[in-house]
Amino acid sequence: MLRIDRVGKQFHNGFIALDEVNLEVGQGEIVSLVGTSGCGKSTLLRIIAGLDRATVGQVTLHKTRISSPHPEIDIIFQEPRLMPWLTVRENVQFGLANLSKIDKNQRTQISLQRVGLAEFAEALPRQLSGGMAQRVAIARALVTQPSILLLDEPFSALDAFIRMKLQAHLLDIWHYDRPTLLLVTHDIEEALVLSDRVIVLRGNPGRIHQEFTLDLPRPRKRTDASFQHWKEKILNSLDLSLDQKIAIEV
Amino acid sequence: MLRSLPVTDVRAVGSRDRLRAQTWLRGLLLPGVLLIGWEILSRLGFFPPNLLPPPSAVLSTLWELALSGALFQHIGITLYRVAVGFVLGTAIATIFGAITGYSPFLHDFLDPLLQSLRNIPSLAWVPLFILWLGIDETSKIALIAVGVFFPVYLNLMSGIQTVDRKLVEVGKAYRLSDFQLIQRVFLPATLPAYLVGLRGGLGLGWMFVVAAEIMGSSQGLGFLLVDGQTTGRPTVILASIFLFAIFGKLTDSTLAAAGQRFLNWQDSYHSQSY
Repeated sequence: MLRIDRVGKQFHNGFIALDEVNLEVGQGEIVSLVGTSGCGKSTLLRIIAGLDRATVGQVTLHKTRISSPHPEIDIIFQEPRLMPWLTVRENVQFGLANLSKIDKNQRTQISLQRVGLAEFAEALPRQLSGGMAQRVAIARALVTQPSILLLDEPFSALDAFIRMKLQAHLLDIWHYDRPTLLLVTHDIEEALVLSDRVIVLRGNPGRIHQEFTLDLPRPRKRTDASFQHWKEKILNSLDLSLDQKIAIEV
Repeated sequence: MLRSLPVTDVRAVGSRDRLRAQTWLRGLLLPGVLLIGWEILSRLGFFPPNLLPPPSAVLSTLWELALSGALFQHIGITLYRVAVGFVLGTAIATIFGAITGYSPFLHDFLDPLLQSLRNIPSLAWVPLFILWLGIDETSKIALIAVGVFFPVYLNLMSGIQTVDRKLVEVGKAYRLSDFQLIQRVFLPATLPAYLVGLRGGLGLGWMFVVAAEIMGSSQGLGFLLVDGQTTGRPTVILASIFLFAIFGKLTDSTLAAAGQRFLNWQDSYHSQSY
């Protein structure tokens, strides 16, 4: 169980990004955090990843407090962030420590097969397309078999078709080990396709505004009436009226 | 850790060799034309031979020096000085560059001093080094090491400072220690800048060896320059200059080619042709 307990974050320059966020995420659950830019959703994810520290409150995993990167938690960023000097195989192995070479290679092989890139093990990042590179990043995260996988707008830099493919692909992969997925996105459809729960963050500093538990069966079709119904509900919750939007961007 | 993709196509290897040969030929074209033009103009009497002898005269001087065996001694001692000075300067610069690049705290302490020392002209060190270290090899090698130090130091330090924060964060997310972070992220990421520093350092090493050898030596290509001047033989001066150009270029190309093997991962404009 991942618990976020009254977490707030104020940066050195005085900017308050988050205010009193409380959230519990169960094992194997898929939860999306949606919100307009600047609402602190990425900051929250970085705090859970142990890359930033909360100013107040705490994040606990199985009742132990997280203050630095945790071996059971892995993160996928908006960009693939592959080491350009390592081959695909070496990149996937980057986070694997204390394993024999045989074990490493075996796990890398399985991980690359799951993202459909086994044939590209010896390629260099510069030889990959954006979608392929992001799949390598997914393989790098999966290979450590995390119990929690954090995704910070993982597909937002990709074009619409590849994004849809990778969303479906992520769900397929999720079925193997069923890690907890905590996803930050500003794509409501992405949240609806993937999640069991959608959390709407709003305001400046960001607070949890509303929570939606989706009872839609999988696989979900974007064209279904119920899908559209949920989309409208979440859009309304985000309140993207013009005044609000300008206020956030300023 | 770093390796190229296996090239399985034999024809690809052949065409790559051909491409390399073409690159060499293109590089040799302009010097060749200049030498031929110089030779022709000299023979037509455009240049006074006591000031600018033709390339053929320089070549025959080189041949004579080679026959007497003196040429190889001069080349050997100069190469030795540059090599030892280069290794020494690079080693010290790597340590200082790494720590000032990685630690902002140490950077604030060390960098201002090193930057001010960098601006001291090479010749200004010579009297001091001779006073401290004597007239023999030690002072010469120390001078060359000083020349090599600064480009290597500067490039490594700024290379480390400009390593992509996002890649460093990946290392931190996987709980790498400081040492692992340097070894697995900073060093490989800094390699391109480091190589530029090494090449710059080697170039300055060649310049400083002239300063060292002109100031006081009885052997070496720098000595040959002075010897040519005092005995009034422009062919000897030109022969020495030729040799500096040739060996400078050869050592630089070797270094660049050795470095390129480790940089084939770069997605740069030029990497298309490698």
